[in-house]
Amino acid sequence: MKQQSIFAEIKTSKTLRNKHKLNKRDIEFFLMIAPAVLLLLLFNYIPMTGLVLAFKNYRVADGIFGSKFVGLKNFMFFFQSNDAWRITRNTVGLNLMFIFINVTFAVLFALMLYDIKSRLVTKVYQTSMILPHFFSWIIVSYMLYALLNPRLGIINNTFAQFKDYNWYGKPTLWPIILAVVYVWKTAGIDLVIYYAGLMGVNHEFFEAAELDGANKFQKIWYISLPSILPLIMIMTILKFGGIFRADFGMFYSLPMNSTLLYPVTDVIDTYIFRALKNVGDIGMSTAIGLFQSLVGLVMIITVNKIAGKIEPDNTLF
Amino acid sequence: MKKYKLSISRIINNIILILFSLSCVLPFFLLIAISLSNETDINSFGYKLFPVKLDFTAYSYIFKNPDGLINAYEVTIFITVAATVLSLLVMSLVAYPLSRQNFRFKKSLSFYIFFTMLFSGGLVPSYILNTQYLHLSDNILVYIVPSLVSAWYIIIIRTFFKEIPAALIESAQLDGAGEFRILFTIVLPLSKPVLATVALLTALGKWNDWYNSLLYITDEKLYTLQYLLQRILMDLQLLKDNMVNMPGSAADSMIMDIPGESLRMAMAVLAAGPMIFVFPFFQKYFVRGLTVGSVKG
Repeated sequence: MKQQSIFAEIKTSKTLRNKHKLNKRDIEFFLMIAPAVLLLLLFNYIPMTGLVLAFKNYRVADGIFGSKFVGLKNFMFFFQSNDAWRITRNTVGLNLMFIFINVTFAVLFALMLYDIKSRLVTKVYQTSMILPHFFSWIIVSYMLYALLNPRLGIINNTFAQFKDYNWYGKPTLWPIILAVVYVWKTAGIDLVIYYAGLMGVNHEFFEAAELDGANKFQKIWYISLPSILPLIMIMTILKFGGIFRADFGMFYSLPMNSTLLYPVTDVIDTYIFRALKNVGDIGMSTAIGLFQSLVGLVMIITVNKIAGKIEPDNTLF
Repeated sequence: MKKYKLSISRIINNIILILFSLSCVLPFFLLIAISLSNETDINSFGYKLFPVKLDFTAYSYIFKNPDGLINAYEVTIFITVAATVLSLLVMSLVAYPLSRQNFRFKKSLSFYIFFTMLFSGGLVPSYILNTQYLHLSDNILVYIVPSLVSAWYIIIIRTFFKEIPAALIESAQLDGAGEFRILFTIVLPLSKPVLATVALLTALGKWNDWYNSLLYITDEKLYTLQYLLQRILMDLQLLKDNMVNMPGSAADSMIMDIPGESLRMAMAVLAAGPMIFVFPFFQKYFVRGLTVGSVKG
């Protein structure tokens, strides 16, 4: 009797162990995921622990965890300065403008391109318009400089009223300049999505509308636009998720680091960079980074919820 | 097919598209034109889309002292190739178990990867880690290792792997193939389109990288092409110093003669030109990168 129960016990523990024992396939899977898991741990998760610096007065000698705890002082210092409002306004405001103009032009160009039936011509337009996507912001800065150089620039030399006009010292113009450059660089690649959406529209709709005597604008208004509207909404909403992150390369290099332009071109990302590299204020720059990450997280989750309400298939997660 | 009608609206359409297309192509020609202009012409007439007269002085200067440019090319090519190959390897390896039904930790691993897209420690903690603990300042590895894994690209690759018929994998298992063998001999060869897409996206990012130089590099030998250009744009003197390897007053008088404006643009053309004519050929892969990832799984 007793022997039997022991036997049974051994048996169950053996099956249990079998269930938990790693077979060859599991070991292979573990080996496969190991490099990525370790790299993410080292370069993504471990830095998150460094966020404690936002609440500390960092000194190299004391190390990250030895430095003195100062509570919310870093945040208070930042939010009480004028900089907080200025860089948040610039980041969010410019991003909003970029999103709006980018979507408008990308959709417009997609509609125009759709109207052109020759494949070769379409291809030529598409290839030229996508070209700016491949330039780095540095090359774009060279191009902008070639146009706006106060003494030698094309615009300054072509239009008499801009002779010796110092663009790099006129902050009020820069939101517009940045928006134009942004659309120029992104519309070509983004219109591809809308163009693909238009290609998917059933041709019979257009033929039926033509039989009913619809003109071109009626066809666009009643068929083309409504069919890509979900696409437009999703693209827009997803872009809203990143509204607290600025494109560092753009804001760092296009204004050529002109301090006169900081009031309108300084964004959260460039501000953190300078606070870190030029000022060396570790505590405050970490605090701003944490502020940016947290608001970004809230934005993405909210936006994802809204996207799910509109089109359940188009959520990020 | 209906007959092609040339209506007024279509003409306006074409005019607008032609203008926008030109605005996309012409700025680079402008850089070429300035690089081929004579320095005195530039100073008296400003930049011109068509040079007053052709002048190759800028290029001859660079080809006499090409070390800085060649060095930056070597660094950039090395990091682009190394990072693209390693990235693709590491990301395919992790994407494959994620695409398989019978991988136990699929859910938790997916979250572990995906969370890095939602939240990050930001610039400062990474900067301290890389400089003070991993000693990656002035180290070429800083361009490659910290950014090897991208959650977004893993999702793109995994989504593609999922489409591969399970029957193919099962039959290989019946033949006794291990998972590594299945990945490398069956899955990867069938996934060339997505691998090409991710490879090109990674390569473009690395080719245009200057942010890492800005943050971590002070040694001129480790500058990437774009960073070299960035430094020259901000500081023409740097370029002039680069071109003259002589001490004292002899160098000073030579520096005066160097055609700075055209030279700067010639550097931009030589550094950016070649790749700009390569990437558009792979257009369709970049376009696929935009659409393929939007499928959730």
